[in-house]
Amino acid sequence: MSLCTSRVRHAESDPDPAPDHRDIPIGRQSDDRARSKCRRRSPHLRRPHSRQETALFINALPTVSLLAAEGGGGFVAPGLEEFFPAVFLFEGTGFDINRIILVRILATLVLLLFLWLALRKATLVPGRIQSVVEMAFDFVRKDIAYGMLGKKDGDRFFPLIASLFFGILALNVTGIVPFLNISSNALIGMPLVMALVVYVVMIGAGIKAKGGLAYLKGELFPAGVPKPMYILVTPIEIVSTFIARPVSLTLRLTFNMLVGHLLLVLCFAATQFFFFEVGGISAGFGVLTLIGGFAFTLFEILVAVLQAYIFALLAAAYIQLSVAEDH
Amino acid sequence: MTPMTVLAAEGGHPLIPAVYDIVWSAVCFAIIIFAFWKVFLPKFRAVLDERSSAIQGGIEKAEKVQAEADAALAEYQKQLADGRAEAARLRAEAQEEGAQIIASMKQQATDESERIITQAKSQIEAERQSAMVSLRSEVGGLATDLASRIVGESLADDSRSANVVDRFIADLEAQTPAAPASASKEV
Repeated sequence: MSLCTSRVRHAESDPDPAPDHRDIPIGRQSDDRARSKCRRRSPHLRRPHSRQETALFINALPTVSLLAAEGGGGFVAPGLEEFFPAVFLFEGTGFDINRIILVRILATLVLLLFLWLALRKATLVPGRIQSVVEMAFDFVRKDIAYGMLGKKDGDRFFPLIASLFFGILALNVTGIVPFLNISSNALIGMPLVMALVVYVVMIGAGIKAKGGLAYLKGELFPAGVPKPMYILVTPIEIVSTFIARPVSLTLRLTFNMLVGHLLLVLCFAATQFFFFEVGGISAGFGVLTLIGGFAFTLFEILVAVLQAYIFALLAAAYIQLSVAEDH
Repeated sequence: MTPMTVLAAEGGHPLIPAVYDIVWSAVCFAIIIFAFWKVFLPKFRAVLDERSSAIQGGIEKAEKVQAEADAALAEYQKQLADGRAEAARLRAEAQEEGAQIIASMKQQATDESERIITQAKSQIEAERQSAMVSLRSEVGGLATDLASRIVGESLADDSRSANVVDRFIADLEAQTPAAPASASKEV
């Protein structure tokens, strides 16, 4: 409770407090409740939830409480609260900074600093770091931009595609960097912003290439389909082009990072539990979970690169589908 | 209120972004795009262009140097061939000249020897003539002297004595072994 006294005070001046949460019976009391109360103080988090969300949590809650109960009080299984640590700066301004946002800003700055140092004194005969950076740029340019869009459009959209690839890669990699240990792409905001940028660019490029009506017609009424079939095809095209694309881009990245983080926390929390709280023969399980954690760490490196590649590749593919004459 | 809403309230919803999440995402991504668009990629392209132009320039320079080397080699070979031809010509000239010199020397030697031989022959002939003339006059004198001593007659009359001597010598020449007898008979 002492952790959040200052915020409690802040809450008292809040015109719209939510006092009823204290009465709810819940498996995890004491510390967890204290933390939850701390977070509840942020007004923007107190939005009303839709029915679907509620349904999601009906499913999620038993699992989480079961895991917590299994630990016999000592083992705390990771939950979604992992992704909403306490805000410690600019709270309530819209520029709130918590640990994950700090990691996000840090990763951005490190990426920019690294590339700036690598390319600042770019020379004709490249040094070691410059070679690596040039190789990575060249890979994105040739394999993703040129491969999907051809040379002319590939050069036009290269800045966006390179930003997506390297930005996502830098933000993903923090998930396995010691002491950071979380990827800020596990918060849906970053993937969503990127997906929306891709969405806008995709539609904008299509309109610029063909004109507004022709673009919509090409997307929604694909050529070569018998007219009556449009009753079936057009709704499918609307969903797949204008809804499924940004949603799938966003969710794929978010949940890859979210689940990856949960897996790592689960492995290492279990290792800690088996070694230091259970001990004895059960420590053998700790060895297994430690090996599992190490394996998943390696796997997360692969996922970090792969998701950056997939996001950039799909962005290029979507833009290509918009720009292409017919498909 | 249900337990579920409490759980959701514990932090946020994984599918619904918080305002600060969107704000910081937008800020970070805007900075990343700007940096790539305005700084990193232009720099990357500039280095690549510079490199390709340097390679292009290097290739052109190498081609130029190669052409120069080829030209120099051709020139050198031409000079070498010229030199060889010149040497051969000089050698031929020298041989010819030498042959001429030898021939003229031989000719000169032959002429000289012929001249010497001719001179010697004419000298011998002259000496023979003079010897014959002096011998004839001396033998005539001796014979006349002898005859005049024998016959006591003066044979001082030169025309007569010359006729006698001539006859005597002609007789001598005709019958050399009986010459003294006939001469004594004649007298």
